[in-house]
Amino acid sequence: MIKALNVTKKFKGLTAVDDVSFEVGKGEIFGFLGPNGAGKTTTIKMLTTLLEPTSGKLSINGADPVKDKDAARYSFGIVFQDPSLDDELTAYENMEFHGILYKIPRKELKKRIEYLMKYVELWDRKDDLVKHFSGGMKRRLEIARGLTHHPKILFLDEPTLGLDPQTRNHIWSYIKQLNKEEGMTVFFTTHYMEEADKVADKIAIIDHGKIVSKGTPAELKEKTNSSSLEDAFLSLTGKDIREQEASNMDHLRAMRRMHKK
Amino acid sequence: MIGSLGQPILFLVALGFGFGPIFEKAGGGNYIQFLAPGIICMGILFTSIFMGIEIIWDRQFGFLKETLVAPVPRFHIMIGRTLGGATVAVMQGVIIFLISLLVGFRPENLIMLPLAFVIMLLIAFLFTALGTAIASRMEDMHGFQMIINFLIMPIFFLSGALFPLDNVPRAIDIITKMNPLSYGVDGLRATLLNAGHFGLSADFAVLGIVALLLLAIGSYLFSKIQI
Repeated sequence: MIKALNVTKKFKGLTAVDDVSFEVGKGEIFGFLGPNGAGKTTTIKMLTTLLEPTSGKLSINGADPVKDKDAARYSFGIVFQDPSLDDELTAYENMEFHGILYKIPRKELKKRIEYLMKYVELWDRKDDLVKHFSGGMKRRLEIARGLTHHPKILFLDEPTLGLDPQTRNHIWSYIKQLNKEEGMTVFFTTHYMEEADKVADKIAIIDHGKIVSKGTPAELKEKTNSSSLEDAFLSLTGKDIREQEASNMDHLRAMRRMHKK
Repeated sequence: MIGSLGQPILFLVALGFGFGPIFEKAGGGNYIQFLAPGIICMGILFTSIFMGIEIIWDRQFGFLKETLVAPVPRFHIMIGRTLGGATVAVMQGVIIFLISLLVGFRPENLIMLPLAFVIMLLIAFLFTALGTAIASRMEDMHGFQMIINFLIMPIFFLSGALFPLDNVPRAIDIITKMNPLSYGVDGLRATLLNAGHFGLSADFAVLGIVALLLLAIGSYLFSKIQI
């Protein structure tokens, strides 16, 4: 369902992703883990047509995200790390807009929106403006939205970051249910190792742009003689804190916090 | 919307009534009549640029990512955003127009009002496309202040919005001739007051061509955005 073969991405003077290869089978829940700055987000951006690789081949449901952008785009839904909703619209309107972008016929769209919003338990808030939603509600709405066009793959970039345990639990149960009932392939990144341990069928760990290890959570724990995935992770990637320059993202996030009511 | 009306109204009232007597004495006629089209353009200019620049914010925190990942050509998104931004900017212009009526502005030619509206649309479209083009190259809000102070303010002040373009010093004359907003202001004056400087056809031509050019450039830069 998702294939990466010798994918490399170089920015001016920096190799963010270095000869990365992995394969995600249909219906798998795949965890893509790595320390800050490892290349996770860059890889996801390449898989989701937002960036083009410097070299290497990618395949999303059989389509090349570089050459067949739209074919790839119809195959996946994505929930970004930072909310990508329109705050000035209602929850329903956000869902509707997505349906329009993906050219879903009106009648089918109405039914689909109602089904999905009830699934994530936001139907009773459908006419409320998104700017009044909590982080958890926004995330649930984005999951519902990402599924509107029946994608075969769902990408989730840190889906439970900053959420309380109840919401986190809810979100993973939606995802596991989707995976079980509809065979949806799930590709996620996270720093919450215990969640990855419980949920993922397979894991790849990336560090400094290279894949360090691949396998099921059990295999990784065995390989490193660890009892928890977090220990396995630390043992594979080292205990040093990653030095990072404050990126433009951090500045924008800080400004956003200042401007939030 | 209401907050951003403050500045144009302030300019209109303070400059209009403040400079009025001297302007009249110098033979320029009623300053409020002269000024109102300029202030309408001011409102449209600033709103358009802000609407275009919004995408910097949108880039990380909003909606833009959703549109970039969707199976929609970037050109369509560009057109959509430009039309949307232009619509908001024109509404601002219309509101300022109505307020200027309260302050004493009297358009001479009601038949030409639809044409005036078209000019306003062109100005709005042009500058929203410009705002989007600029914002496509910016990654955060840091350059924003510079853009406002070194590009937008000069465009406004050197457009004939505030002073007549006849008999200005050569340097100013050259700059105002190169400034698309000058043709917009002139167009509004021509349609609302029958008082032109460049001629209405020149105004339409310049506005139309520059708007299309900026739309093309803006679309190209927008399509190259990588988030």
